[in-house]
Amino acid sequence: MSAPGSRPVLHQLGGVASGHGHGHGHAEQPYAPVFVGDALAELQALFPKYPTKRACLLPALWIVQERRGWISPEAIDEIGTVLELSPAYIRGVATFYTMYHLHPVGRHFIQVCGTSPCHLCGSDQVLDAIVRETGCGEVGATSADGRFTVVEVECLGACGFATPVLIDDDFHDSVTPEQVPGLLARYS
Amino acid sequence: MGYPHRPHAKETVVLSEYFGDAEARTYDGWVKRGGYQALKKALGMTPDAIIEEIKASGLRGRGGAGFPTGLKWSFMPKGDGKPHYLVCNADESEPGTFKDREIMRWTPHQLIEGCAIGAYSIGAERCYIYIRGEFTEPWRIMNAAVAEAYQNGALGDNVFGSGKRIDIVLHRGAGAYICGEETAMMNSIEGRRGNPRIKPPFPAQAGLFGMPTTINNVETLTATSHILNRGAAWYKGLCLNNPKSTGTKLFSVCGHVMKPGNFEITMGFPMKDLIHDLAGGMRPGRRLKAVIPGGSSVPIMTAAEAEAALCDYEGIIEKGSMLGSAGFIVMDDSADLVYEIYRLAKFYAHESCAQCTQCREGTAWTTKILERILKGEGKPSDLDLLLDLSDQMTGKTICVLSDSCATPIVSGIKKFPEEFEAYLSRAKAPALAAV
Repeated sequence: MSAPGSRPVLHQLGGVASGHGHGHGHAEQPYAPVFVGDALAELQALFPKYPTKRACLLPALWIVQERRGWISPEAIDEIGTVLELSPAYIRGVATFYTMYHLHPVGRHFIQVCGTSPCHLCGSDQVLDAIVRETGCGEVGATSADGRFTVVEVECLGACGFATPVLIDDDFHDSVTPEQVPGLLARYS
Repeated sequence: MGYPHRPHAKETVVLSEYFGDAEARTYDGWVKRGGYQALKKALGMTPDAIIEEIKASGLRGRGGAGFPTGLKWSFMPKGDGKPHYLVCNADESEPGTFKDREIMRWTPHQLIEGCAIGAYSIGAERCYIYIRGEFTEPWRIMNAAVAEAYQNGALGDNVFGSGKRIDIVLHRGAGAYICGEETAMMNSIEGRRGNPRIKPPFPAQAGLFGMPTTINNVETLTATSHILNRGAAWYKGLCLNNPKSTGTKLFSVCGHVMKPGNFEITMGFPMKDLIHDLAGGMRPGRRLKAVIPGGSSVPIMTAAEAEAALCDYEGIIEKGSMLGSAGFIVMDDSADLVYEIYRLAKFYAHESCAQCTQCREGTAWTTKILERILKGEGKPSDLDLLLDLSDQMTGKTICVLSDSCATPIVSGIKKFPEEFEAYLSRAKAPALAAV
């Protein structure tokens, strides 16, 4: 649930609509498919749980992101092959959901809640501290060393534990600006 | 709020009895605490008998709408030969609400048992639990608990030797508030964009994958095992002279209180005590200004309205708001209501699926107008414009996201006009920098 306009490097999505990407920095290496071996088995194991293959689309997108950190046009093509869906359809679905990264992000992806309940409790100061300490410079950006991407998100569903901060899959409760340096030190 | 949570003496602890007790997360730990007795009892009853018991208990939907649960279950067709589905809504995303998260974090088997009872009652062999993508910890805990439930025969093709099949599939969302709307949730499970569907057809006729479907909230399903164990009459007795609102309910309290957290109280509990006693009241030197009691989608209450209200479906309506999901956003006299309303409008603008014009345009434009007011660039006609836009956003769209955006705006302008006037007259310094 990143804030509108907070996604960095959107130009990496442009020009790769054919699905065979020439996005920056990943076109030189031959593409290594995601859906082989374990990942394919993980996806196929879901088929009996749903009456249609289409219903496995959200889980398939998660499998890609967990293994690659983001969902590339090539990976979208692969999902299309396995689930018998068009890349255009998959992109339409993937763009609806804010948690799927359709471009590379930092090694650690930080989501800070900023909706009213957390705002009342000082989430702006927590976000400022994180933007400053990570060196990201602004909300939505990635630090120059590629270590962190920081976004402000809408309600994380932990309003009594303001301010919640989600770093990758780790949910941190009741974060204060003072705790930020120590918290970030745990993510190299 | 720290755990283990020691309940306040005024709480009535049923669903939250084992919050903070890590052993209760395991299958054996749950069984030791009386778990899965209700499911075994249910499997020995007819689905109709269970539905009658739930109807008699007075249980109403805890996700926000307050629809009678037993009645909802009775809408499912019988003997139609089609697959039926139960969907458990664990997409808790309503600002101010964080109760389902705690149910899943601490008592995953309590939810699994409730889902199994619900599935059996509506003739479903499969239940999808839709967990929001950001709930990484509940997701891990629920996955482990479902695996344990299968190993112990509480789920699978022969639940506790009854010959009945009940499967639970966990489905992870990916960041979309609107997927908490039941028809959007069904689209999301089907692998589609989370756009709400036009009703009719209602889910009980043609829901998930076109099949008869019931969608229930986490807390609603969780309550069913206690009703079967202790009886509808016991549950119905947990109220304050209002037979329309029965049982206990988890109230999430956040914002400007000393002890934010979840509090389980019987329906009809005084709101004054919830805020000033259970949640620890205001910070020193501060006084209560406003409360949004039902998650962010309900009218704002003034301090006087809140302190006079009783916490149940009817009691809060009587004082000018709604119970909703019982997520209390409490604001003291340091809060800038115009800013908080702007922040909520921004939330709805971000979360609109953009299907309906009134919502797509309305949420965006009300946000921009509120932003202009906060920048000190508001026009005298802006309040009328906001009210007019809000009127166009209410009751005119496929789902109620648009209405939810309009509600805090309209109630804010009507109940706290001086806060808006202070910006419009330039008496108050801008809260946002002009660009």
